[in-house]
Amino acid sequence: MTTRPELLRVEGITKAYPGVVANSDVTFAIGEGEIHALLGENGAGKSTMVKMIYGLVRPDQGQMTLRGAAYTPSKPAEARRLGVAMVFQHFSLFEALNVAENVALGMENPPPMRELAARIRAVSEEYGLPLDPSRMVGDLSAGERQRVEIIRCLLQDPKLLIMDEPTSVLTPQEVEILFRTLRQLSAEGTAILYISHKLEEIKTLCDEATILRRGKVVATCTPRERTAREMAELMVGQALKTPERRIGEKGEVALGVSDLSVASPIPFGTSLKGISFTVAKGEVLGIAGVAGNGQEELLLALSGELRSGPDKVRIAGHAAGDLGPVERRKAGLVAAPEDRYGHAAAPDMSLVENAFLTAGVRKGLTKNGFVDWPGTRKFAEEIIAAYDVRTPGPDVAARALSGGNLQKFLMGRELMQGASVIVINQPTWGVDAAAAAQIRQSILDRAGEGAAVVVISQDLDELLEVSDSFAVLNGGRLTKPRPAEGLTMDEIGLMMGGAHGMEVAHHVEA
Amino acid sequence: MLRLEKRPTPSRFWLYATPPVAVVLTMIVGGILFAMMGKNPFEVIRTIFWDPVFGEFAFYLRGQLLVKAGPLILIAIGLALGFRAGIWNIGAEGQYIMGAICGAAVGLAVFPTENRLIFPVMVVAGAFGGWAWAMIPAILKTRFNTNEILVSLMLVYVAETILAKASTGFLKNPEGMGFPGSRNFSSFPAAQNSYIYEPLGLHWGGVAALVTGVLAYILLTRHQAGFQIRLAGQAPRAARFHGVSPARLVVMCMGISGALAGLAGMFEVTGPAGQISIDFNSGYGFTAIIVAFLGRLNPLGIVLAGFLMALTYVGGEMASTNLGLPDAAIQVFQGMLLFFLLAVDVLTNYRFRLSMGAKA
Repeated sequence: MTTRPELLRVEGITKAYPGVVANSDVTFAIGEGEIHALLGENGAGKSTMVKMIYGLVRPDQGQMTLRGAAYTPSKPAEARRLGVAMVFQHFSLFEALNVAENVALGMENPPPMRELAARIRAVSEEYGLPLDPSRMVGDLSAGERQRVEIIRCLLQDPKLLIMDEPTSVLTPQEVEILFRTLRQLSAEGTAILYISHKLEEIKTLCDEATILRRGKVVATCTPRERTAREMAELMVGQALKTPERRIGEKGEVALGVSDLSVASPIPFGTSLKGISFTVAKGEVLGIAGVAGNGQEELLLALSGELRSGPDKVRIAGHAAGDLGPVERRKAGLVAAPEDRYGHAAAPDMSLVENAFLTAGVRKGLTKNGFVDWPGTRKFAEEIIAAYDVRTPGPDVAARALSGGNLQKFLMGRELMQGASVIVINQPTWGVDAAAAAQIRQSILDRAGEGAAVVVISQDLDELLEVSDSFAVLNGGRLTKPRPAEGLTMDEIGLMMGGAHGMEVAHHVEA
Repeated sequence: MLRLEKRPTPSRFWLYATPPVAVVLTMIVGGILFAMMGKNPFEVIRTIFWDPVFGEFAFYLRGQLLVKAGPLILIAIGLALGFRAGIWNIGAEGQYIMGAICGAAVGLAVFPTENRLIFPVMVVAGAFGGWAWAMIPAILKTRFNTNEILVSLMLVYVAETILAKASTGFLKNPEGMGFPGSRNFSSFPAAQNSYIYEPLGLHWGGVAALVTGVLAYILLTRHQAGFQIRLAGQAPRAARFHGVSPARLVVMCMGISGALAGLAGMFEVTGPAGQISIDFNSGYGFTAIIVAFLGRLNPLGIVLAGFLMALTYVGGEMASTNLGLPDAAIQVFQGMLLFFLLAVDVLTNYRFRLSMGAKA
């Protein structure tokens, strides 16, 4: 154990929301300068815990002490004043403002702009996070945006920095740079509370780990002394099984995309530039890339929500680029967008209605324009049974389901339509490890049955697990697909565009 | 401290309880208003809500209920389809006027020919007039992304100007001795929308309203187009993912609501109103917005809401003639109904929570 003086102590914290206990009697402590991991699956109560530390949520029971004094922040401003800062998973930046202006907006008494810009430059150089204060945030990559958030925190000279899943938007090289910065901060005495479910990262970075499961602390450990598998099983509470691949015969090309360029309909989105690839029957193409590099646009262009020239997209050899979503489903292509609430599903509609949303065409659920509701309900019940969706029944609103359960339902909806081409963006986003394994298994099963599958994901481990071939989206361009077997993380990182011109960042130390 | 908290699933109880609660609240606050004006609130409320159905003159007033409710229901159902899809046609009043003018013009053009086909053709012309007027904001929206709320609303005033022109100019009764207004349809049997059953106030417009209510209900609950309307209103991106073309939906919903408003105008001008006149329109197109929301944008609810609103019209008129209440007070009373409805409506998706006193 460490001999560091204690910085923050959390004791017996309990927080309940209607119908769910988010945290129950949670106790742990962080020493000065310690990098402490808070580990757990989605819904384990990590976010609620850090929101309480950051003053966004008030605990029902228990107490916290900061350097021995009672610590009860009633709002984030108070937490910041006491030296607690947080970098959120989702950035709160204005794209139409520049870096310095964004930083100023988060301050209570911002200094004059020129002085602030100089301070941003100084901090960014000190910590190896180069950032030009005059650049527009809309032009920055996700990794650079994260730097804005981190620098915003560092300007307050925090004693404790909370980071919520910081690496989900970074390339492997950018992760390395971030880790160096975090280690430097730690060496200077700033403690870091690091939230993640990526075990390899935690093993390389963190001094201590607290593992949460269903709101309770199930273990504390020193990550370096444990294997990733041990920690995963502590997180999940059961032994994990790796998806097995049924080697199917690769057939003829089922989906062909050639020189596809479309403008992004999303403000500050990334337009697709000359994308070409083919996917054969029985093949899984994994597409990696840092968020915001054209993933959503690619899904829209494949689902038919964005149209292109007829020959740009071919389904089973037939031109389909100018077809809408309904015709493409008829032609055998189903798609699953990333955003569950509002895009893949209508949150206020029931699961039955959401089943009809995409399955109406392929499951023949309309007669003369009238919806076959009994048939749709039966299909919804089949999905619920096959994918172990936890719900009181098919008539509840989609928004009443937890994110992971809804994702299972939506994956089942697309995978159970017997489609010949399946396109999925982020298949296991926010899904617990056991369910994620099940979803990956059924993706492999569909491929084994002869479907051509495109999986777009930011989770490299997931892609390497399911893909036969592998490509990277970067700035709206797709690299040439390569066989996935034998690819190393370093090669993938370089395909992802390295560290966005960041290689020089730490040359002083190198 | 009271706090609003989002419900995981919309409350079915409040979905149906909202309209009655809003009516009761309107009665209470309206009663206070009437009391402050020196009237006996119980007498006023009784005059508005009880007398038209069970009072001394109910034999006549009961018929008036359907006469007033018919156009309100017909217009409100069309509006509700659009509102469900997130398409805000506020200009039903204008479409109502244009439907009346087109329907009447076709009839008057062939005066005094007697032919069974005249009335059906006028019906089609009326629907066409409203449809065409609604197509202006629809096409401007799909082509140039204009705001349909503003365009449709402003077109009401254009339609009113055309109405004034019609009654003093191109549709003026040549035998009217210079008075503004068209020929009266009561003297033109082939083009008249006569009562089918007078004691109930049932004319073809009432029949159309009730049939439309049932058809719209089936459309929304059973038909794919109804599903698409609901989906587009609740989750526009999911609707595009499903395969709905937003532009087609705008044209369809604006078209249906315009045609139904036009029909209502046509049945009114050839029936209860009898002629095109400068002030022929009486605000049905605007009141129908209240009716649509009062009926929870549900066609069957709208049928009930139409009768309730007709009751406040008929009863309100009684109250103003018998008890000397100013018209403005009645309009405030009707407006209150929408106000309370929207306020209570929050409870469908939210609930109040008593949060324990915050220790700061």
